[in-house]
Amino acid sequence: MARYAMVIDTKTCIGCGDCVVACKTENKVPAGLNRDWVVEATRGTYPDLTTEFRSERCNHCSHATCVYTCPTGASHYWRDSNIVLVDAAKCTGCKACIAACPYDARLIMHPDGYIDKCTFCHHRVEQGLDPACVSSCPTRCMHFGVLDDPGSHVSRLLKSRTYKVLLSETGNQPNVYYLI
Amino acid sequence: MRLNRREFIKLSGLLTAGGFLTPALLSGCASQRLPGTGQVTATPTVCDICFWKCAGTVYAEDGQPWKVVGNPDDPHSTGRLCTRGTGGIGAYTDRDRLKQPLLRVSEGGRQTFKPVSWEEAFDFIAGRMQSIAQQHGNDRLALLSHGSGGKHFERLLKAFGSHAYAHPSFAQCRGPREVAFALTYGEGVGSPDRTDMEHSRCVVLIGSHIGENLHNGQVQTLAEAINKDATLITVDPRFSVAAGKSKYWLPIKPGTDMALLLAWMNVLINEGLYDRDYVERYTVGLEQLTRHVQPFNPEWAYLETGLAPKLIRDTAHAMAASAPATLVHPGRHVTWYGDDTQRERAIAILNALLGSWGRKGGFYSQEKVDLPAFPVPKPPRPATDWKQIVQPEFPLSPTGVSQKIVEACAGPEAHFKGLFVYGTNLPHTIPAIKPTLETAADSLDLLVVIDTMPAEITGYADVVLPECTYLERYDGLRNSPERVPSLALRMPAFKPRHETKPAWWMAKQLAGRLQLEKYFPWHDYADTLDWQLRQVGSSLEEMQKIGVKRFPRKTPMYFSTGQDIRFETPSGKIELYSETLAEYGHDPLPRYTAPDKRPEGYYRLNYGRGPAHTFGRTTNNPLLFELMPENAVWINPRVARQWQLKNGDYVQLKNQDGVVSNRVRVRVTERTGPNAVFMIHGFGHTAKGLRLATGVGADDAGLMTSVKVDPIMGGTGMRANFVTFVKA
Repeated sequence: MARYAMVIDTKTCIGCGDCVVACKTENKVPAGLNRDWVVEATRGTYPDLTTEFRSERCNHCSHATCVYTCPTGASHYWRDSNIVLVDAAKCTGCKACIAACPYDARLIMHPDGYIDKCTFCHHRVEQGLDPACVSSCPTRCMHFGVLDDPGSHVSRLLKSRTYKVLLSETGNQPNVYYLI
Repeated sequence: MRLNRREFIKLSGLLTAGGFLTPALLSGCASQRLPGTGQVTATPTVCDICFWKCAGTVYAEDGQPWKVVGNPDDPHSTGRLCTRGTGGIGAYTDRDRLKQPLLRVSEGGRQTFKPVSWEEAFDFIAGRMQSIAQQHGNDRLALLSHGSGGKHFERLLKAFGSHAYAHPSFAQCRGPREVAFALTYGEGVGSPDRTDMEHSRCVVLIGSHIGENLHNGQVQTLAEAINKDATLITVDPRFSVAAGKSKYWLPIKPGTDMALLLAWMNVLINEGLYDRDYVERYTVGLEQLTRHVQPFNPEWAYLETGLAPKLIRDTAHAMAASAPATLVHPGRHVTWYGDDTQRERAIAILNALLGSWGRKGGFYSQEKVDLPAFPVPKPPRPATDWKQIVQPEFPLSPTGVSQKIVEACAGPEAHFKGLFVYGTNLPHTIPAIKPTLETAADSLDLLVVIDTMPAEITGYADVVLPECTYLERYDGLRNSPERVPSLALRMPAFKPRHETKPAWWMAKQLAGRLQLEKYFPWHDYADTLDWQLRQVGSSLEEMQKIGVKRFPRKTPMYFSTGQDIRFETPSGKIELYSETLAEYGHDPLPRYTAPDKRPEGYYRLNYGRGPAHTFGRTTNNPLLFELMPENAVWINPRVARQWQLKNGDYVQLKNQDGVVSNRVRVRVTERTGPNAVFMIHGFGHTAKGLRLATGVGADDAGLMTSVKVDPIMGGTGMRANFVTFVKA
């Protein structure tokens, strides 16, 4: 099984939101909805402060609760990978996946009547391209690749840098990593 | 629970979970199609959402606008546009764009805009221009412009006999640094900035919020410096994004940067940490500078800046340790306190002490393509020296001072009788200009506004000319100075919507009515681009395919060791001590003036950019509006407690002169100190035509009634304003 991962360097992320707009235009996401977003976390008291910016989205978990919860099989893994997609034709809009997702990464409802979400831009990945968010990032803080290959750029980043994932305690095995 | 019809509809989503499938949902599902699987077209562009001018590619799918992405060959963007550029499609799709020419008419005792044909608009403008020329002379028109198309109107007005123009990017933004660096090094910093940040070992930012200010090359090279573990020193009373990435954050007392700069010089000189060879070889005035900075040790600076002497020394040592690959960044928007040229002089001098000008990791030497201009006749010599008439008090200003031009438009005795405003929303751009602008709108015989959006300035106009967006037009070739010389093409990706037209076409049409055709000797402006491109071995056809073409550099990027260099200053050296400034009655060496004291119960109004917007230019762009629909006022938690303000509350801000803002959301955050509040500039529109942006957020510029004018170049210092809170 191919394991795709996104590795985001919080050291150079400036929280500019380019990833959000790039996703929106690339994927023609309807007005009012977003598949990715930016979180700012400031800690401390003036003037002893730290701020972390994180570009967040679906974590394309290796144990995706949304996939296992979906009653119709609409939420599924793409081609024996960890990329989680929604088959619009099978989606009834029941929102079980929304309840099951620990990351709140699913859009409420696409106007065409299905639950939409980040696809890791699998239509680009298929062509050997990075997801739109990764390829637009002006600070190049976002990286994409396969973790199965120990020599891949993302594998090497995770070997050489300290990182974290969000809500690892859920056991979902998320595949979006944050270098810290 | 009893279900009435309304609730039943609301619950239908849950019911389908129980197994009901509605036909509507099923038919909707069938349309899920992957992007890029239709008929895709790609067209080169040069972004116009800000003035960094990144080259990119515009994609359409099945005839519908799809996306804009960076061109990898472009040295400005290296294939990556910023947030705003990525949202460029929104400029095209914006439903509120200006759609047809508008003419001010009186109807039933009320003035209103009447949609008119282009012919009618041009006839009106040409008629007024001719009557101004007959009554007052050909030199009585002025141009205020910000953007690519402005130069077509500059050509028109010069051909007519009026040479007066200004860009607000001078007196409201970068002017002080350009003048200060020109006084010191004989040349300015320019745009894109000639900063060699990707090679810097130490970067010092003084109130410069790169990362929130999203000038693409600046952001990319700063990120590269961070990736290479350069020492980042950020001086800012606010915990900016850059401050959060810094090894040293210096939360300075607002308005005291000069004290810090003098103290740093004091340390570098007294501890012998400056680049002796460089300073000896290339500079004049070290002796005077050494004497001048003696009183300003870190202990003295501590009392002014609130920064511990050890921190000032440590950072001076860090700067010296990495020199000459230390960049003390000159910033971009630097019209703050009125002594801005002097503060920028201090920055220029500090860089000279570190030997960073002309050195790797400091300031590199830029090159552009040697591109011949399309041959046109020279405009007639102007009858008068407009700068002498309009801005005699700023002889050191190399260009127009925008607010002086507006002043020279106001009142019956005013010099200018006609004003063209291209792509700049003056009431939000020049602080405290509204009353003058209103007088000018009354007294001018002609006020023409050329824009894509119905911004506030259009409300003052006699005639509004709707320009098509950058995605629908040709413009001059981009030939900006950079590391690598390159040309980039902007061409129409889409047909102009509505009745909009490019600026080059408007200027040519007007020229035709004024017997000035010979200054516009082309049928289609694209022909001139092809001619130019052929002079350098390319063609329009080639550029339409590749978008960006790089050319080899002919000169070195840096000084070589021991190289003899003549600087374009009177002494031929880098002028630490400026005889020119002394001659014109200014301080030859920068001096510190303490900022105005904060009135009790008021907070200094700090402002800046946010990454989602190019100030008011983009706040109505639907894509960018969605990312950031309104601004907030940042308030320190201690202050918020004192005023019983909570996150998300609305307040109004009242300044020291009693001016009250529109309501604005409170953002309680530690990222601003207890003495200052912060807002992102560009919000609080009042123009009804901007349906998304109007009435949303507050306008910081409206609160800037205290303007500190720079006596050297006329910059409008905007940071001398204080606000307090009024419950909304």
